[in-house]
Amino acid sequence: MTAESLADEDIGAAPPVRVLGIRHHGPGSARALLRALNAYRPDCVLIEGPCDADALIGFVPAGPARVRVVPPEPAPEGSDEPAGEPVEEVLDLDPPVALLAHAVDEPARAAFWPLASFSPEWQALVWARQQEVPARFMDLATSLVLASPEPEPPAETDTDPDMSEPDEAGAAGQAVEDLAADPQEPAARLRTDPIASLAEAAGYDDPEAWWEDVVEMRLHGEDPFDALTDAIRELREDAGIDEEILVREAHMRKVLRAASKEGFQRIAVVCGAYHAPALTGKLPQVSQDNARLRGLPKVKTQITWVPWTQQRLSLSSGYGAGVVSPGWYHHLFDTQDQPVARWLTQVAGVLRANDLAVSSAHIIEATRLAETLATMRGRPMPGLPELTEAVWSVMCEGSDLVLDLVTAEAVVGQRLGRVPDTVPAVPLDADLRATAKRLRLPMKATQRSLVLDLRKASDLARSQFFHRLQILRIEWAVPAAATTTGTFKEAWQVEWRPELAVAVVDAATYGTTVEQAAGAALLAGAKTLSDLTAAVDQALLAELALVLPELMSALDERAAHEVDLVELLWAVVPLARTQRYGDVRRTDSAQLEHVAVSILARACAGLPAASAGLAGGPAGELRKAIDEAHSVIALLPAHTQQLWTQTLTEIIGRRDVPGVIAGRLVRLLYDAGIISLDDTLGQVSRTLSRGTEPALAAAWIEAFLAGSPLLLVHQPRLLELLDAWVADISDDVFTDVLPMIRRAFGAWGAADRRRLARQVAALGSLDTADAQAPEDFLGDADLLDVVGRILGGAA
Amino acid sequence: MTQTTAPEQAALLRPHAEQAFAAELAGLTAADDRPRPVGWQLSPWAVVTYLMGGTITAGGESLAITPKYVGNRRLMEIAVATLATDRALLLLGVPGTAKSWVSEHLAAAIAGDSTLLVQGTAGTSEEAVRYGWNYARLLAEGPSLAALVASPVMVAMERGSLARVEELTRVPSDVQDALITILSEKTLPVPELTTEVQARQGFNVIATANDRDRGVNDLSSALRRRFNTVVLPLPASQDEEVSIVTRRVADLGRALALPETLGALEEIQRVVTVFRELRSGRTTDGRTQVKSPSGTLSTAEAISVITNGMALATHFGDGTLTASDVAAGITGAVIKDPVSDSIVWQEYLETVVRDRREWNDFYRACREVTS
Repeated sequence: MTAESLADEDIGAAPPVRVLGIRHHGPGSARALLRALNAYRPDCVLIEGPCDADALIGFVPAGPARVRVVPPEPAPEGSDEPAGEPVEEVLDLDPPVALLAHAVDEPARAAFWPLASFSPEWQALVWARQQEVPARFMDLATSLVLASPEPEPPAETDTDPDMSEPDEAGAAGQAVEDLAADPQEPAARLRTDPIASLAEAAGYDDPEAWWEDVVEMRLHGEDPFDALTDAIRELREDAGIDEEILVREAHMRKVLRAASKEGFQRIAVVCGAYHAPALTGKLPQVSQDNARLRGLPKVKTQITWVPWTQQRLSLSSGYGAGVVSPGWYHHLFDTQDQPVARWLTQVAGVLRANDLAVSSAHIIEATRLAETLATMRGRPMPGLPELTEAVWSVMCEGSDLVLDLVTAEAVVGQRLGRVPDTVPAVPLDADLRATAKRLRLPMKATQRSLVLDLRKASDLARSQFFHRLQILRIEWAVPAAATTTGTFKEAWQVEWRPELAVAVVDAATYGTTVEQAAGAALLAGAKTLSDLTAAVDQALLAELALVLPELMSALDERAAHEVDLVELLWAVVPLARTQRYGDVRRTDSAQLEHVAVSILARACAGLPAASAGLAGGPAGELRKAIDEAHSVIALLPAHTQQLWTQTLTEIIGRRDVPGVIAGRLVRLLYDAGIISLDDTLGQVSRTLSRGTEPALAAAWIEAFLAGSPLLLVHQPRLLELLDAWVADISDDVFTDVLPMIRRAFGAWGAADRRRLARQVAALGSLDTADAQAPEDFLGDADLLDVVGRILGGAA
Repeated sequence: MTQTTAPEQAALLRPHAEQAFAAELAGLTAADDRPRPVGWQLSPWAVVTYLMGGTITAGGESLAITPKYVGNRRLMEIAVATLATDRALLLLGVPGTAKSWVSEHLAAAIAGDSTLLVQGTAGTSEEAVRYGWNYARLLAEGPSLAALVASPVMVAMERGSLARVEELTRVPSDVQDALITILSEKTLPVPELTTEVQARQGFNVIATANDRDRGVNDLSSALRRRFNTVVLPLPASQDEEVSIVTRRVADLGRALALPETLGALEEIQRVVTVFRELRSGRTTDGRTQVKSPSGTLSTAEAISVITNGMALATHFGDGTLTASDVAAGITGAVIKDPVSDSIVWQEYLETVVRDRREWNDFYRACREVTS
């Protein structure tokens, strides 16, 4: 009864309520908010944020975060190791930080509410601590937010988690701007971005610029809140409002009513400007609000503070929402006077730190240009676009590369937040423990070995879990040599050491679950082409199918810039195998095939030029790579096979290709049936003719004969050619050539060698018609002996 | 006024910007009520409007201003603001990005005179930047102001007008540095006459330079510091570039008296796509990376590939522009370095062109030319 009657009253009149509609992460808003709070002096501050995170407000400091310096541990007696550096430990939250909530049963369902020092919400929290006034969050509890159905995108424009990209490390949610609406949803922005409409009304084509001019860049001036609330009320009347926002606003009103019922006399409400009209003036019926809030699904959640970075606050790190220029906003919030000159001086500092000469004259000229641009565009003072253009033109001499430095280091900023050790544990740890429990892997400090049978589902899951931990460098399980040769067995040495907790915290920066974090770590760690191919392998072992598409596109990109053909060819091999055989793990083989095919095509384009003029070592490496690539070529589509054989044919037509490669290619093409026996013999005979240096011919022959011996056994004409060539080599050259010939035959089995020796012995008898055959050698036991020695002493 | 000069202009092969667009400039002068910097014919706002195009109301009538520069408005704003702060302006860019075009129109709009021009070449001497002498007079009368031959820069200083230096990086370094005193002290000493020329308000220098060309003389840092730099990029979008190429090809075709060619738009789109993909290092759909060749592949080159192809189609073909007409031209434009560029081109053909079903004819034509 009391609640009902309360709702019908005008809350704005009885216990005074002041609603301060802010722009999330807006420095001008934060500044104006502080002035308004100091003027109004509330006895309770309600802030837009998940209401079940109230317990965590206690970690917010009343001033700058306190820091304790931990002296280094003294080096043990007699040890030569120098003592470590002193370590700084924070005792309070040091922004940027974020509230992180995750579902207890499913840590991948997580949402973040990031706060920077210039966020109005953060300033409101700090102000409340300083004044020793209670502060509370008033938005929907995380348990309701995270219970919303999975693929449904969140309220387009509010501090709701973004569930649409749960796979991105830590990106599951983000405080989305009320006002700088989610850029991924242009339609939603049109409908619900009130600032765009206000800016349009004021004659600005860029809503950001309008907001900057009107609110953010005002260092002094009047309280803008009431005027803003009125303006937005007008806009809200015309536009439809999402049910989700209505639910949240109902909850905010509920908290507001509860606070006024508790007896607070002056309540300040800090919320996104868009919600301000819903919380001011005459509020709707309590029953109406309660009906909205009734029966919402719930999950159990855990909430904690996590360190945040300015990069993650910014759009440029790939998150759907945030602020483009946290560094600039931090500057605007911190600077009391001369923001333009101070900013340009800071930018000059960044450029100087990167060894680029920037003088004070540059700063002066950049200031003048920025101010002229602002005047031309009719802005009261230069904003970030004008400053950036001036920096680009004057300090960077028009270079976009140099400007990127400024953007990364000053505009976005590299400030890293910190949280004290006393805040609750990270979700990755929770997920790791939950998974271990599910897989029945006790975290024991004793060492034991574990042999997994990958044909069993439970063991396969364990193997994948261990592989994921390996990627995250959490070395709980280390691979050991399996005792059997079967591919379905995998052996691990398992030992949980307490120090691993540190590795877990480290890995937590990659994501909230082991799977997600391993995927992100894999993507972050792979830079070179060989890294990437290795990462593809690891991703398959650890069953990180979700990151495969990204790995593939990274691989494709690397391959485009790769000039080393050996690397390219090696990259084809695992891809081709996986796309053919990897389907057990249900990977998208079409994409694998596309990448494998395009890498091979790139290799083919460069191969003829690259194989020309190669010497010894590199030629051998290339030959090996060609061999490997050739072994998987049959797994690729027909047109790629055709391109490959065309390329190889083109190479053997060149004269400047080293024997090691040319000989091998002739053999590969002959085996594949691309060139006929006659052509092959023609090639062999040309190579073995007197025009070719014996050493080169020997390298050619070695490469040609490598592998299966059957060719020589079944092609007597080839044997004849070879025989004639060996007979023709002069004694001094023979000793040079001998090692290569031995190598060519050395890999054969004893039986094959014996068979060949017999054939050599019988050579004459096969072609008795040949009058030129050196008859006096035939049947000569000495000769047989010599041949036997050449072939490896197995005659 | 424009009516009387029109016949004279028709006789000119190429009228200056201030002649060709006299009507627009007059209209802007009449309509422009914003403050003008000293020595300027128009306000900075009107100059940007003149460059980017728009509609103004002059004397009760609306007048359409044709766009002179197609691209980012902000770049033109930086350029104009630079000149308004009396800093010298350096326009950088690869060949074919309309640097000289912008420079000429800036001078025409701001000073009403785009003719004070120093063309930079390897043989540009200091006289072209400072002053020279009329030797007959010098011998007859001795050193005097009458015997002095002023350079365009000196004239601009005396009049408070804009001087243009084209291809600044082609000028030998010592001659480049003659600009330093002019730009920092705004004065040009004449020691022979123990006098000097001090620049009047409104004087400034617009220089253009090519940042991709080989064998250029880099600007000394002392000189570079006196310029604000604006880099003019290649056209931002495919449509923009196609429209630039189409328009220029039509103009050139008329000048060369080529008949209308069929199928041109399709080939223009294809050539522009190839150029853009190779330049940017990725395909339009963003799915495949490609290597970039050593050449610049500017819009101007795309125009020449198409006009060449049209000439081939007209004189040797059936008048329809086909893939084989542009294949040779495009191969030549891409392969500037016989070894590395042909690898790039091969790779592009095999990984990108081959997969595009509707580009089969183009693929075959290019393979024919390459092998």
